[in-house]
Formats: sequence, structure tokens, C-alpha cells
Amino acid sequence: MYKLMGRYMRQYKWYAFLSPLMMILEVFADVMAPFLMAQIVDKAIPAGDQNEVVRLGLIMIAIALGGLLTGGASAFLGAEAGNGLGANIRTETYRKIQSFSFKQLDQFSIASLVTRLTNDVSTISMVTTMTLRMAIRSPVMLIMAIIMAVNINAKLALVFAVAVPVLVVAIVIILYLAKDRFRTMQKKVDDVNAVIEEDLTSIRVIKSFVREDYETERFGKRNDDLRDTMMKAMNLVLILMPLMNLIIYGTIIAIFWYGGNQVIIGTMGAGELTSFVTYCSQIMMSLMMLSMYFFQLTRANTSSERIQEVLDTEPDLVSPAEGALTALANGDVEFADVDFRYATNDQDSLQDVTFTVKSGETVGIIGSTGSAKTTLVQLIPRLYDSTRGEVKVGGEDVRRYDLKTLRDGVAFVLQKNTLFSGSIRDNMKWGDENASDEEIIDALKSAQAWDFVSALPEGLDAWVEQGGRNFSGGQKQRLTIARALLKKPKVLILDDSTSAVDMATDKKIRETFETQHNDITTFIIAQRINSIQGADKILVMDEGKIKAMGTHAELLQTNEIYQDLYDTQVKGAIAE
Amino acid sequence: MSKKQDKLNSAAGGGGPRYQSRNMTAENPMGTLKRLLSYFQYVKWMLIAGLVLLGISSLASVGVNAMIKPVVNSLIMEKSVEKLIQYILIMAGIIVVSVGTSYLGNRMMMNLSQIITHKMRSDLFNHMMKLPISYFDTNQHGNIMSTYVNDVDMVSQALQQAIPQTLSSILIFVGTIVMMLVLSPVLTILVVAMLVVMIIVAMQVAKRSGRFFRSQQSQLANLNGYIEEMMDGQKVVKVFSHEEKSIEEFEVYNEDLRASSTRAQAYSMVIMPLMGNLSYVQYALVAMVGAILTINGSMDIGTIASFLQFTRSVSQPITQLSNQMNVILGAIAGAERIFKMLDEEPETDDGVVDIDCGVCQERTWLVPQEDGSTKRVPALGDIRFYNVDFGYVEDQQVLNNITLWAEPGQKIAFVGSTGAGKTTITNLINRFYEIKSGKITLDGIDIRDMKKSALRSTLGMVLQDVHLFESTVRENIRYGRLDATDEEVEEAAKLANAHSFIVRLPQGYDTQLTTDGQNLSAGERQLLSIARAAVANPLILILDEATSSVDTRTEKHIEEGMNQLMKGRTTFAIAHRLSTVRRSNAILVLESGEIIERGDHDDLLAQKGRYYQLNTGAAELT
Repeated sequence: MYKLMGRYMRQYKWYAFLSPLMMILEVFADVMAPFLMAQIVDKAIPAGDQNEVVRLGLIMIAIALGGLLTGGASAFLGAEAGNGLGANIRTETYRKIQSFSFKQLDQFSIASLVTRLTNDVSTISMVTTMTLRMAIRSPVMLIMAIIMAVNINAKLALVFAVAVPVLVVAIVIILYLAKDRFRTMQKKVDDVNAVIEEDLTSIRVIKSFVREDYETERFGKRNDDLRDTMMKAMNLVLILMPLMNLIIYGTIIAIFWYGGNQVIIGTMGAGELTSFVTYCSQIMMSLMMLSMYFFQLTRANTSSERIQEVLDTEPDLVSPAEGALTALANGDVEFADVDFRYATNDQDSLQDVTFTVKSGETVGIIGSTGSAKTTLVQLIPRLYDSTRGEVKVGGEDVRRYDLKTLRDGVAFVLQKNTLFSGSIRDNMKWGDENASDEEIIDALKSAQAWDFVSALPEGLDAWVEQGGRNFSGGQKQRLTIARALLKKPKVLILDDSTSAVDMATDKKIRETFETQHNDITTFIIAQRINSIQGADKILVMDEGKIKAMGTHAELLQTNEIYQDLYDTQVKGAIAE
Repeated sequence: MSKKQDKLNSAAGGGGPRYQSRNMTAENPMGTLKRLLSYFQYVKWMLIAGLVLLGISSLASVGVNAMIKPVVNSLIMEKSVEKLIQYILIMAGIIVVSVGTSYLGNRMMMNLSQIITHKMRSDLFNHMMKLPISYFDTNQHGNIMSTYVNDVDMVSQALQQAIPQTLSSILIFVGTIVMMLVLSPVLTILVVAMLVVMIIVAMQVAKRSGRFFRSQQSQLANLNGYIEEMMDGQKVVKVFSHEEKSIEEFEVYNEDLRASSTRAQAYSMVIMPLMGNLSYVQYALVAMVGAILTINGSMDIGTIASFLQFTRSVSQPITQLSNQMNVILGAIAGAERIFKMLDEEPETDDGVVDIDCGVCQERTWLVPQEDGSTKRVPALGDIRFYNVDFGYVEDQQVLNNITLWAEPGQKIAFVGSTGAGKTTITNLINRFYEIKSGKITLDGIDIRDMKKSALRSTLGMVLQDVHLFESTVRENIRYGRLDATDEEVEEAAKLANAHSFIVRLPQGYDTQLTTDGQNLSAGERQLLSIARAAVANPLILILDEATSSVDTRTEKHIEEGMNQLMKGRTTFAIAHRLSTVRRSNAILVLESGEIIERGDHDDLLAQKGRYYQLNTGAAELT
């Protein structure tokens, strides 16, 4: 936690430095008030000196106003520092995530990255502000109040030598016990929420199986559990306040007793006694604040660990440090003895993959799920690095390119693709920021998307909802193909990108590619043989290996897997 | 999630963070408060006892401060150790009473708040289970979750803290003012004058802080929305080398949030030093005036010491009250949302026709007659639509004049483009939605006359998006029929062609599934959902074929499983595979909510209409 604060305070470090400083001045005002009051009661009143009373009173007011200014300043500075730090950490974390490779994104999972960026950063920023205020205010207050108390009556101050340890031990024990109970409680809260979330997504299943009562019972059990654990946890915490109060009041009574005797003897003033009591409550209060702070801090530590984990992860896939190639010569693609293994797997997903593709050729890839078709093409724009062998694009190893150059040259239409909220034009400009409307329309035409886009009342300005959910699967796929075409790539990869597009449109897309974009090397992964049968080269994949390579006609003659596929798909449904 | 639902959800305001920030103001605070009070009936005595105890505690704490006067006077004027002991003992007694009653009172409030929130959660859930599908389709799940998580929590906080603290703040404030008046009316006027100043200042600050807080909440929602969207499409960002651009956009949102949250926090934090130091000014003024009065002989030293103690504690309840007011207002706004959900109209279920056995091979509808007897009608699975009209919202008709029939055991396939109304028709058979006009009958009985549970127990659904539960494979299949034996579960799995993959899982049937079965492949999830439907042994089957691309081998498995399941059952299929379509007894081609063609495969091909076009690939299926 403190490590994060030290590292990312940056432009706000003056705020972070000045805020506690101002705070110390304010605490000074806090502890001076009872002292001056004692002076009035013990010296000025018995002496009957009205001028002295007014003088001391005015000093008190001046100090209080000073405290008001410095305290206010401290609050503003603290807010600047805490939120500034939060913003810095958020940006750093976001920046770091942007540099992650696909492998690292898989490892962290998107959902967990979202929580880290939102909840965890908020917690850290809140605790930072608390640190700057409470964590500094309380010890300073504690020390100053003790000094003042000792100054008034050192012998009486010995009371604190007993009271403080007792209070500290009591707090520590209770918070220690509470921590476990709160953890159990949190788990029960999660359990209850899990049922609700699950049932919200599965409501159609529940209703169609008439399982409402069953679910209500399941929820009821967890709800009862939650109530019981909550009561247990809260009952413990409830003891904390009265216990503290008893200790504080006990100390005050002890002070009245020992101090009272001294007042009667005349070695202590009555005003001194009452101000001593005030210091007593200041000391005890600071201790309580401090303990609360540590309680909060343990919560923030989990958050800061999770953030730290992101920040400490170095991107494992970067452009070469120097001499990176910044241009793609052509669309040649070559795989030489390539093996690949995912970090989480214990066996290779790709084995001995070797093939060569000339610029402008069309390559079809076919094979069952899990045969590593997607894995293979992901190596071309270097979304992952091969574990062995070489992947070359434009005659050079992909690892020699500047990543942006490579990925601008190799357009990849992902299988799980998404559009972003914004207009269709905004989405298309992802491919080319400076694309004119004419260019966008051209690309949409190539992808057979212009027909339905032009039919929309707002045309290119039509709004796309988050993820593109207001378009049908087939429309979405065509839009993402158009977006990729706008990059004017040398290599284009279509990973099952026309699965929801009807046969006729699919065919038209392929035809446009052949006539208008025949300079682009195109990889097509498909489940349907029709989608690839016209390709210059077809790779038949099975269990991470290329089983056969050739044209449609050749494979039909020689390859059994391919024949099988052809039989089930084409012969089985003539119409399709 | 059906596509229809997506549309409705986005209309309700798409995007946004997971549990959205909520509005803090209630529309009808009085009505809500009254209704909230009705929840106290379960804990009436606890509430009364708690409040009385807390009242005693607050007054006792005023009493502790009042004891300072005699104690100090005993030291200075009377110089008597006996008196000191006596007063100290009294003080100790009051302290014990104050602390003891406060503990007991708080404990009661805590327990009753747990009881009430527990009751609220279970009321919410019970009611939620009765709500129609349209509620879930039109309300964002994040918002519903937020009612359980945030709104209930706000109510609980108010009960546990805000109410006791408000009560004790008021009592302490009044008690302190009364004691002050007794000690010195002159000084009290001074204190009250200063308090007015402090309250005005505090209100000014609170106003600003509230405004900035609201803007902070909306900036936070914007940023979180942006983060969710971008993280969701992070792989696309990478493929398009869009990282720098995305960081730039992010920084704009982030800076907006920083600026507004800094201001919000600054104004909320400044209250403490502001009130604290103003109270010191007040303290100093009282000390000055009091000292002068003492010197003049119109006041004793014990009085001034005691009065100063009161002065220090009189401003605390005010700060407390202003804090607690926000919590209470928030809780009322939260309670309003809770009640709003509880007021949602539940599914109408006023049918009387029951079934003798939902899962048996031979079942009979039990139709009560007017003379009190019961007519028995064999349940076979004969479905008929008579001129059915339907729309999800008023004046937007989705289905027009649909008439169709399926005899027991027949297979009906719906074909048509997205939005043609295929899913909608199936939503009407099981009464997920109510028809606007016309009639749907099952075995000759209007489905509106049937008990919903009876109707649905005869219907099995296998949907595109498979939803599974976080438990074992076995339990997930058994969800179809809770009293199915292990053998019956395995039987169903075999029928659905799921057995072979299940036994290959690490723990076989006892393999634990993660949320929504994410640890299985799409094809495997599909097979499990077929098995789940099979164990329920439905009379009628509603199939929404998956469009997601599964490999040919698994697809074959699924197809075989489906075929097994369809055997002997009336089936309605939203078909995406032509093989399914071709095997149907009747194919209905839908367009814009109307049946435009009907017949079997060969008939329709011969018609050379829309179906012919779809078939030859001239039009889009999905």
C-alpha cells in the first residue's frame, strides 16, 4: 500500500507533503485550547485579573481560527493528494493492461481486470486520503496530548501508563476476532448474491422447469445463514464501543480521584484537572482512530496487492528494443517448424507446422474444434509468440517488426468479435482514423454490409450499442470485416467470420475479395466447406497438426478427413 | 439471452457499471416511510425496548457531564475528600448505567435491523420468483442486483446506526441545552448564538459537498462504463493497435473523475476541522465571559468547569445529525426502490386445470367442472393457436393473426429471419408472455385456464443460450426432475448423447461446474441441457437451435441427442439447420410476425417462394 503511494504520488507529492504539515498545525490548536483554559481557571480567575482573562481568551480564539484555516487547507490538500494518486494509479494500471499480450489477458481474465480498475483503485484512493489524515493526525495528537498532560502533572500522567496498554490490548483482541467473523460474513454475502445472480441469468430455465419454490428455498437457507453470521460478527463489534467507553471513563474517574486529592492539598489547580481530563479523552480517541485506521488498511492491502500484481507484470510480448522493422514488404507468410504451447497447458497445441503462402493467395483452414486453427493464425500478427520455429511475414520474422507495423499490416477478424458504442462511422474509423466516407462505403460494400447500412435511417451515423448488440450476428460479422478491410492490410485473417452470414452473401463476399482485393493474402477459417472450397490452398488441421494441404479437388481425392467433412456437409444437405 | 431481450435491455439504457450508483432522493418519502414502518411489526417490542434503553443512555451521558460541577466544587469550595468520594461514586454509577444501556440498546437495534433486512431480502426474492419473464427482459440485471446489495444495505445502516444516533443526538442536545440553562442562562444564549452560526456554515458546506458528490457519482459511472466496454473488447483493441488511442480516451474520463471526486471529498472532509475549530472559538468565548462572571462573583468555578464541558459536547450532536440525515434519506430512497420491486405485478396464474402427474408416461388433465366434479382429459400434446396477436409493448404488434396446429408427436419447424417472431411464438406456448388476443389451446384446453405449474411441467425447453447452475453435472441434469434417481439421470444423459463426454470428465457425474458451466465447451453445455430436458420427460418440446459454431463431430452428437429427445413428443423447433427443417412434419415460414408459407419441405420447394430462396442461399436465415 505505502509502496504504491510512494511510487505514484508524482505531481501530487507537494499536496501529500503539505497536507499532514497543515494537520500538525491544526492538532497544535486542538491541544492548546484546554491548556489556555486551565490558565484562565487557575490563574486569572483567582487573581481576579479581567485583562488577563480577555488576553488568554483572544489567544484561544486566534489559535482556533488558525486551526480552522490550517485544518481546512489540510482537508483540501489531502483530497487533492488522495484522488490524484487514485487517478495516477488508475491510468498506470490501464496503460499496463493495454500493453498486455493475449496470453496475459487470458491469465488475468477480463472480469478481474475490470474489478481491479474500478473497485480496487477506489479503495486505494480512499485509504490514501485516510492515511494522510487519520494515520498522521492520530499519532501526532497522541504525542502532543501526552506531552501536555505530563507538562501539567507528570505523576498523574502515570495513569496513562496503565490505561493505554489496556485499551490497545482490548482493541487488538477484538479486531483480531472480528476479522475472522467478517471474512465468514463476506463469504455469506457472496453466497446470497451468487444465488440471485445465477437465478437472474437462468430465469427462463427456472420458470420452464417450475422451480420457483425450489430456488426460493435455496435462497432462504443462504439468507438465514447470512443473518446468523452477520449477527455474530456485529455482536462482537458492538462490544468494542462500550468497552472503550468503560476504559476511558474509568481513566477519567481515576484522574478525578488522584487529581482531586492533589487539588484539595493544593498542588494542582482545578482548571488543570479539567484540562487533564480533556487530554485524557484526546489520547484515548486518537488510539481508537488509529485502530480503526489499521482495520481499514488491511482491507486496502488486498486491493493494493491486486493492483500491484497488474503493475508488476511486465508485458511479455514487445517490439524489438532497436532496429524494429517499420514496413511490411509484401503479404508472404511462412511457417517453419512451428510449435506452440499455451502457458496453462502441459502439451503443445501446435506441432511442426510448416507451410508457405505467397502474397495475394487465399488459404482455407478447416478442422474440428480444438484442432488449433485459431491458434495457428494468431501467430501471424504475433498475438502469441511461437514456442519453437519461425513465423515470417513479408519475408521477415514477426519478432523483428514493430508491433504496430505488423498488426496494421495483418488484419485479424476475431471469432469473438465486438463493436464499440458509437456510430457505424466511428467503428469503421478503428480501421483507419482518416478514412473518408467514400472509403468507408467502399469497405462496407466489399463486406456486403452497405445494403443494410444504407437502409438504416441514419446510415453511417446509426448508433451501435455496446458490443454491437443491436445488430444481428450476420450484420455484426460483416461490419467487423469492413472495419478490418479499412486497414488496407497486406494479410487478412477471417476466423470463422461469416458463420452467421447466409450462403449467398458469404459467396458474394468471397467473390469481391477475389476480384477487388486479390492483392491481399487471405486466411479463412471456416466450419463450412463451401466457404473455403475456392481457396488456392486448403490446410486440414487435426489435433494441432496439419494433416493435409492442397486444393479442394486434390483433397477430395487424397484426404479422408476432408472427404468425410464433404460428405456430411454437402451431400447430407444438398440445398445447403 | 434472446435477441429480443437484448433490444429491450438496451432500450432501458445500456452499458454502465455493474451495480449502478443509485439516486439518493425518494419520490414519495412519506408513503415509503409509512410502509417501512410496517416492517417493524415483527420487532415491535425489540424496537421499543431498544429506543428506551438508548434514551436512558443518552440522558445518563448528559448526567456524567453534570457531575463535574459538584466534583470541582467539592475540591475547591468544600475541600472535602468524603464529598469527592461520594460524587465520584455517583458519577461511576451513572457511567455504568450509560454504557450498559447503550450496549443493550445498540444490540437490540442491530438484531432488529438484521431481522428486518433478512425479511426484506426474502420478500424480494419470493416476489422476484413470481414475476413474469417480461420483468427480467426489461430490467437490467445490474439494477436488480443493486436493490438486493445496495438498497437493502442502506436500510440496514439506517436502522442500525442512523436511527439510534439520531435519537441520542437529539436527546443529548436537548439535555445539554437544558443543563446549560440551569447552570447559566446568559452563557447559554452565547452558546446558542454561536451554534446558529455553525449550523449555517455547515449547511453551506453540505450543499456544495452534495452537489459535487452527485457529479462524482455520474463521472464514476461513465468511467466504469468505459472500462467495462474496453476490457470486453480488449483483444480487438490489440488487433487494431488501438492501445494509445484508448489510453487517451481513458485519461479524459479519468481526469474528469479526479477533478470532481477531489472536490467532493474536500468539501466533505473540511466539515470536521471547520466545526471542530468553530467549537473552540465558542469554547474560548464561553471561557472568557464565564471567567469574567466568576471574577464578578455571579458564578462559581464548578459551574464554569461544568459549563465548559457542556460547551465542548453541544456541537457534536449537530454534526452527527447532519451526517445521519443523509443516511436516513438514502435509506428511504433505497426502501422506495425495494417497494417498487415488491409492487411489480406478479405473473397471472389464475388457471384451475391441473395435471395428475407432470412426468409420467400417461398423464391426464384434471378439469374442474361447475358442478364440482372433475373431468379427466388425456394429456397428449396437441397444441393449437387461434388468431393470436401479440406485442411486447403496447401498439407494437410482433405477431399478427397467427393460426397453427400441431398434433401429438408432430414436429413443427419455424423458419424466418431475425425479428420475424420465431422466438416470440415459443414464448407464448409456455406463457412467458400473455397473448393480446386470440387463443392457444393444449389438448383442447385454453392454456390460460391451466395452472402455470401444470402447463410448464409438460413443456421442455432446450434454448440457444444454455444456462447451467454452479453445482455438479448430476445435479444440473436432475434439475429437470428433482426426484430423479441417479440411474434415471444417467439414462437421460445416455439418451441425450451426453453420457460419453460426462464419464470422461475428471469426476464424471460429480464434476463441479463453474458459473454457467463455463468450464465446459459450448457443445457439451448443449448436450447437458438436452439431458436435463430429457429427465423431465416433457410432452411437448421447444427447441431453439444453437447458431454457435460447434465442430461437426459434436454437432452430430447434438443432432442425435435431439432426435432421441424428439421421439414421440410434439416439437416446436426454431431451426437453423436444414437437416432439422427437412425432417419436420410442417414448416412455417415467418416474416414480420406473419406466417407467409406453410407445408413440408417438398411442398415449399415446389412453391418457389421464400423458403425456396432461403434454401438456395438467396436469403439470410439467422
